[in-house]
This record gives sequence, C-alpha cells and structure tokens, in this order.
Amino acid sequence: MDATAHHVADEEMHLHEPQSFWTRWVFSQDHKIIAIQYSITAILVGFIGLALSGIIRLQLGFPGQFEFITPDTYYQAITMHGMIMIVYLLTAILLGGFGNYLIPLMIGARDMAYPFVNMLSYWTYFLSVVVLLASFFVPGGPTGAGWTLYPPQSITAGTPGADWGIILMLVSLVIFIAAATMGSLNYVVTALQMRTKGMTMMRMPLTVWGIFVGAAVALFAFPPLFVGGVMLLLDKVAGTSFFMPTMTQLGQQLDYQGGSPLLWQHLFWYFGHPEVYVVALPAFGIMSDLVSTHARKPIFGYRMMVYAILAIGIISFLVWAHHMFVSGMNPYFGFFFATTTVIIAIPTSLKVYNWVLTLWRGDIRLTTPMLFTIGFVSTFLIGGLTGLWLGNVVVDIPLSDTYFLVAHFHLVMGVSVILAIFGGVYHWFPKMTGRFMNATLGKLHFWVTFVGAYAIFFPMHYMGFMGIPRRYFAFDSMENIPAEAIGLNQFITVAALTVGVAQFVFLGNLVWSVFKGKPASDNPWEATSLEWQTPDTPPVHGNWGPSLPTVHRWAYDYSLPGADRDFVPQTVAPVGVPAGVETHEYYGEEGHHDGENGADASDNGADGRST
Amino acid sequence: MIIALLLVLIVIASVVFTFISPWTFTELASNWWTIDLTTNITFIVTGIAFVAVNLFMAYVIVRYRHRKGQQAEYMPEKPRLEKILIAITSIGIVVLLAPGMFVYNELISAPAEAMKVEVLGEQWRWSYRFAGEDGEFGATSPELIGPQNPYGIVPDDPAGEDDVLVQSNTVHLPLDVPIDLQIRSKDVLHNFYVPEFRVKMDAVPGMVTETWFTPTRTGTYDLICAEYCGRAHYNMVGEVIVEERTAFDQWLAGQPTLAGRPAQDGEADGDGDTDDGEPKTPIERGRMIAQNNGCLGCHSVDGSQGVGPTWQGVFGSEVTLAGGETVTANEEYLRTAVRNPNEQIHQGYPANVMQAYGESQINEEQLSDLIEYMKSLSESENPSE
Repeated sequence: MDATAHHVADEEMHLHEPQSFWTRWVFSQDHKIIAIQYSITAILVGFIGLALSGIIRLQLGFPGQFEFITPDTYYQAITMHGMIMIVYLLTAILLGGFGNYLIPLMIGARDMAYPFVNMLSYWTYFLSVVVLLASFFVPGGPTGAGWTLYPPQSITAGTPGADWGIILMLVSLVIFIAAATMGSLNYVVTALQMRTKGMTMMRMPLTVWGIFVGAAVALFAFPPLFVGGVMLLLDKVAGTSFFMPTMTQLGQQLDYQGGSPLLWQHLFWYFGHPEVYVVALPAFGIMSDLVSTHARKPIFGYRMMVYAILAIGIISFLVWAHHMFVSGMNPYFGFFFATTTVIIAIPTSLKVYNWVLTLWRGDIRLTTPMLFTIGFVSTFLIGGLTGLWLGNVVVDIPLSDTYFLVAHFHLVMGVSVILAIFGGVYHWFPKMTGRFMNATLGKLHFWVTFVGAYAIFFPMHYMGFMGIPRRYFAFDSMENIPAEAIGLNQFITVAALTVGVAQFVFLGNLVWSVFKGKPASDNPWEATSLEWQTPDTPPVHGNWGPSLPTVHRWAYDYSLPGADRDFVPQTVAPVGVPAGVETHEYYGEEGHHDGENGADASDNGADGRST
Repeated sequence: MIIALLLVLIVIASVVFTFISPWTFTELASNWWTIDLTTNITFIVTGIAFVAVNLFMAYVIVRYRHRKGQQAEYMPEKPRLEKILIAITSIGIVVLLAPGMFVYNELISAPAEAMKVEVLGEQWRWSYRFAGEDGEFGATSPELIGPQNPYGIVPDDPAGEDDVLVQSNTVHLPLDVPIDLQIRSKDVLHNFYVPEFRVKMDAVPGMVTETWFTPTRTGTYDLICAEYCGRAHYNMVGEVIVEERTAFDQWLAGQPTLAGRPAQDGEADGDGDTDDGEPKTPIERGRMIAQNNGCLGCHSVDGSQGVGPTWQGVFGSEVTLAGGETVTANEEYLRTAVRNPNEQIHQGYPANVMQAYGESQINEEQLSDLIEYMKSLSESENPSE
C-alpha cells in the first residue's frame, strides 16, 4: 500500500546489502557505518591536534623549560593544530559523522542518495589524513607556515617545513576537498530528494537544516581553496608565480616575478570564512534540537531559525575580507566588509535569543546533553560578541593578530562547536549503540571543559588589549610587555592541560559505554524526531524495516496541550487540533495536502513506532 | 542549578575583572583616541548583551528547571517578540558600527602635510627611509634589491639622492608630527604594529602599503611584527623612539643619505643607543652591528633557545657539526659562519636559513668588532651588559 516511490527505495536497499566482513565494516556503503568511520578517524586525529596544543601551551607557559620545543617545533605545532582542528576534525565529524548518521534517519530515508560515493568520500578523507600525518615524518617535518599558509613565507626557506611539509599539506588539502565535495553533494541531494512522505522541508529538524545548508556552503567554499592549493603547489614545485612577487630571500633574488600574495589571501578567506559556518551551522542545528528535546518545549521560532540559517549561509560569502583589514588590500573594501560582517550578527543573535527563549517557560532537564547546550550558548555568545569587535574595522586594527583574536576564534568556532559536538554525542549515543554514556563521567567532562574553556580563553582577550601578538614563540624581545603576562600564561597553560586531560575522560567513557553502558530504550530522551522512532536500536541496514515512516507533523511537538505525554513523535497522525492552540496550526497540521494526510493516518500502526 | 550559579559567577567575574584588572589597553601614544572611543562603545554594547543573555539564561534555568508535575508551555513562536529583539540588535550594531565608519574614513586619509617615512621589513629586521630635503622618495623597484642596494632604489632617480637611510631596527620619530608610513617588504609578509599607536599594517612584497598616525607622547616603543614571517618572527621586534622635534632633527642629520653615504660604518651610527652617543669599544660596536644586521633575531646572547645557536659561550667552545664531526669555534670558524653560513652547520639547526653576509653588508673591520663582541659573551662576566 506504500506509494511507488517507496518501493524504489526498498529495492535499492538490496543492491548494496553488505555481504561480508569487508563490505559490512570496512568498505561499507551503509551511512551509519560510514558515519562511525568518519567520527572515529576525526576523533583520533583530533587527539593529535590536542597533543599539539599541549606543546604550544607548554612553551608559552614555561618558555625555555622544554628542550625539545624549538621555534621550528612551535610553529609546526601551531600550524598543524589549527589545520587539524578546523578541517580534519570539525569539518569531518560534523558533515561526515553527524551528517551521515543523522540525515537519512531524521528525514526517513533508508540511506544516502549515493551510497557508493559516500563510501568513496570516507576513504578519500582517510587518504587525506594519511598524507597529512605523513608530513610529520618527512625531512624538515610538517609545514610551520601557520594554518593560513600565507605565501610567500609558506614556500620559502625561512619557514620550517617549506619543502616536503608544505607540499604534503597542500596535497592533503586537495584530497580532503575531493572527499568533502563528494560528501557534501550527497548530504545536499539526500536532504532534497530522499525525504519520506510528509517530511516537507519546513518539517525537517534543525539539525538537518544546519547540516544541509552547511554542506551547501561547503560546496561553494571549498573550490577556491582547491584552486588556491593547486596554484600554490605549482608556485612551489613548478616555479610559477601566482602568489609570488619579485622578491629577495636571504639576500638573494628569487626567480619569482610579479605574483600577488594578496590573491592567496582572497582565495583562502573566500573559503575560510564560509568554513566557519560549515562547522557552525550544523552545530547550531544540533543545539537547537537538543535544547528543545531536553527542555521539553518546541524550539522557539522555528521558521525564523530556518531563515536565519539560510541568511547566514548566504551572507557568509560576503564577509571574507574582514580577515584582511590590515592586509594592504584597497582600504575602501573596509567599509563594505565591516558592514556585511556586523549585519550577519542579526540572524546569528536571533538564534541565540531563540535558544534561550526555548528554555524560557520550559521544563528543563539538566541532562549531560543539556549542560553542553547551555555551555555552547554561553561560549558562542562571548565568541560571537567579540566578532562584532573584530568586524568593526577600526576596532579590529589594534586587535587583529593579537591574543584577542586567538580568544575570539577559539571560543566561537573551537570551544562552542566542540561543546555542540560533545552534546550531540551524548545525545545520540543511545541510538547509535543502544546504551547510555555514563552520566557522572559526562558531567565531570562538561564541568572541566566548560570552566576550563573560560579559564583559558577569557584572559586572552585582555592580553590582546595589551597588544601581545599571536604566533610568538617567546616574548623576550619585547621591552614593553608587562611581567604579569608570564604568570597569566602559566595559569592558562595549567588550565589548558587540565582540559586536555579531561578529554581522555570523554574518550574512556565513549569506549567503556559501547560495551558496558546502561542499556537504553529506543527513545530514551522521549524525543519526537524520526531517528528515535526506528524499529531497531541501533538501527539496522535500511533503517526502517519493511516500510518507510510517514510524517504527520513538525519535529517539535513537545508539551503539546491535550496530548497524553509531553512529546508527540513526528509519525503520530493528528487526532484533531486542540482548542485554543493557534500557533500549532502553523506547524503540525498546516496546509499540506489533505488527501495524503487521510491516507497516512491508517499507516500509523505500520511505521514501527515503539513507545 | 550549579550551571546557573556558574553563569552568574562568570558574569560577575568578567565585569569585576574588566574594572579592576591591570590588563587593559596600553596607554595611548598617538592621535587615535577615536579608535579607543569606538572600542569602548563596542565594549559597552557587547558587554550589555553578554551580561543580559547570560543572566537571563541563569534565571531561566533556575526558574524553569524540571520539577515534578511541571509542564513546559507550548510556545512555538512569538513573532512580535522576535521582531522587537531584531530591532534592538539592529540598533545595537548601528550604534557601534556608525562611529567606526567615521573613524575608519579618517584612518585611510592621511593628511597631505604628513611626514612620509618608509618602513622596510625583511626576515627578520626592520629598516627605514626618510625622504630627505626634497620631501620625495627616490623610486624603488623590487628587482633592484640586493646586497649593494638594500632598498632597491632606482640608481639615477634624482629624488633618491637625498633619501636618508636608517639601516637599523630603531627609528626616531618627531613628536606631534603626522607620520605617513609607506610600508614595503623585501621578502615575505610582515606587519608594522606599535600597540601604543593603535595602527597596524602589513608589509607586502611587491607593493607599498600605507597607514598614518601622529605620535603624541615621547618614549620608546616596541615595533612588533604582527604578521607571521617565519622561524624568527617572534624576534622581529624593532624600536620606535618618539622625541621632541629638535632632538629628532639632530638624530636625522646624523644619518647617512643615499648619495653621501658616509662610509659603510655609517650603519653603526644608525643605532638605537641614544644615551651614550658613538660606541667606543670594539665590543660595543660589535653589539651595534649585531643588532643592526638582525643577527640577534636568531642568535640569543643569554643562552636561550633560538632559531640559530646562542652566542653565549660559543667562542672557544667545541661545536658539533651536522655531519657529526666537531670543530673548535675559533675566529676562523666564526668568520666562515658569517660569510658562508651553510659551510659548517651546527648540529640540530636547519641549513639554508641564514643569509651569507658579504663585505658590502659587514666589512672586515666590522666583522672583527662582531667577533670581539662574541668573544665577550664567552667570558664569565659579560662586559657588554
């Protein structure tokens, strides 16, 4: 009795049913396995990034105490730390991990639109990680050019790793972009084409919206980095001069002629700024769903939240040169880019208000995911507000390239996004494994990480006020630096190392809970969205058993007046609109096709919802 | 509950910290009080938002935390409330952005009467050029830059002849005179940043960038390279001395011009040591040479870790070379290390990082002084300090 469309999906499922150990666990085409592969790889490489930050902090807190930290080591550590965290951890885990796992489950699909491409995307990503890590073992070590890889220094002799290191870095990035493009195409097409019956765009959970728009942004943002990377490689190995001007080095004229270092910066930031939103938008989505579920209350202003995601996605392409206010570009650009940058604060602040207003008059359960959500809002708030400083061009000029900037971008896209990821892991772990993660350890992890993040980054704003520059191995050469800065750096280092150790609590909890965690039911958080309504936990291949679920309402019917419980899953057919609930009609039973609605109601028993 | 308390604590701590801590902007030494004003406006607007949202969230967590029998209100949206919040936010950003735009307009329009000063960055030191009597710089071209022509000045340009060349990390600037900086780089990106002046601008090879300010307070300031420029970036710190006009004029008159370069050791005259005039002893001269040629960017004199080997105790020591053999760091070794650094690479340090200093940069006499200075760093008591 299902529509023909469903049969097509059903048959397709059999085409890639896993046959052996290799196709089930290694070269799997199942989105859930690929998600786990992406997540494990990203988390492991993230721990390397974490270890590198330890090297950075040891040097800054206790300069000269550690023989093995030379200027070269330090600059290599900051470069690889930044690149790993932004690209190989955050982008990979949010799109490849969360996107893969959640999109099909949340929209009621059996798998991604292109399962084979999905598999290829992971293995291409894996290859890019291998190349990245290989650069630690080549002569000269990995590149120490700073994660922005600004030429000319990134490919000339004054920078560590300017031979093999930078070449492998660029090759790895180019491979990564191929992987991200395959992945992002899949996420976008799946969200557009594979939604189950009744799942209109405006009924999609905000997690799907965030990942969908984030992936779309990635599709437009990565190509400039791709071409930039290839051009820089050519400058390095083939002697072209795309980014290399006529210049001397160590007293000698080099063969380069007439290239533009600013061109790289434009290409890089045309990618680099939207990249912030490639990771932030999925985090926004995840946080929206978590705040709603754990406050037992519909997300406040769903439509505005969707429009805000779209607005941010579009405006994110019009702000890139705010990273270049002191780069020597045409100074008149400053007016334009300062204006667009502060304008993006409007949709962004709306999202913050709506998260807080979702809590307002809610029934707040301070579960581990909820704590991470609150931590996210607070750290995103401070990071977002300092973005207004740096967007306001004249305020940026004294502060850019100081520790103020370090504090800003770590809070806004490091800490807050990581907190969102942790919240998401604690939240969806019961669906992925059928077990809870340990709540006590989870809360311990939260407290140390959240308090620690403030302890690390809050003082850095004030170091920025004093003009302390970033990317300094040591500060001995500065006369005017106050002595207190040394003590402050020690304090920050202690806090950072503590937070670093706390991440092993998370890792241990994760591994332990897979085997020994408290068993969870199919829908332990009593959530409404589709992924919690699967017939099996963890969901099996094909996700939905014999027939696909049918969606009758938006994803946020929490505490619906007249309902017998405080949540109504998306698969439950309406039983009449309760009187006096006007706004409800916008969402649950609004003007979609009546005929469908009637037919769906009879399906209800078959869609495998277990309560 | 604890989380609510914590949010309140964070708010209180940040407000208190902001008002009582010594960690604040360096004391202004230029005309850009308007930048500080804009910053303060931004600080207030964003500070209010930070305090308000965190406190409201803390209140909400306490007030609406889960209790038995409590049910959340079904409240999908309140379009009116959302519109009000958008309006308030928009007003907030206009309040902080509008003054910023006016200040920025001023910042990118250097006054015509300003004194033009060229800043030239290279790995890892600064040098400077003043336009001289005619107020005009000689034309430059990057392909002319070389040991004989460190600024790349076009040889037959008459405007260049009276250009004053300051080949030193230290520059003097006159008090209360608008300075229009013309910033260039020989090699990679650098950035001119003096926190007390508030302005900052990249040095980009192949182009001339510009920023301007008026020094308003005499004193000595760090000139920090604020754009990552390779291994010794962190040591690319110059010095700006702001002094009364008469003292400045006197200093400038002592600097060599392109045409009348008063001998090679004119470089030593361009030192930062204002207090005791001409350096007398070979060791003092050697220290100046080390500073002015950027040696100290990579070689520490106190034994601390650097891009290159420290000079403390180097003279007479046994040095292990990259190949594994050891040599004694005698005068000949040090001479080679300056003239042809890649010939004998100290183990544990990268090759091809240091430029070879030929006679045109450090002549024989200066090299002897430099080595005297290194010798002094190997004696038990350091006479140069």
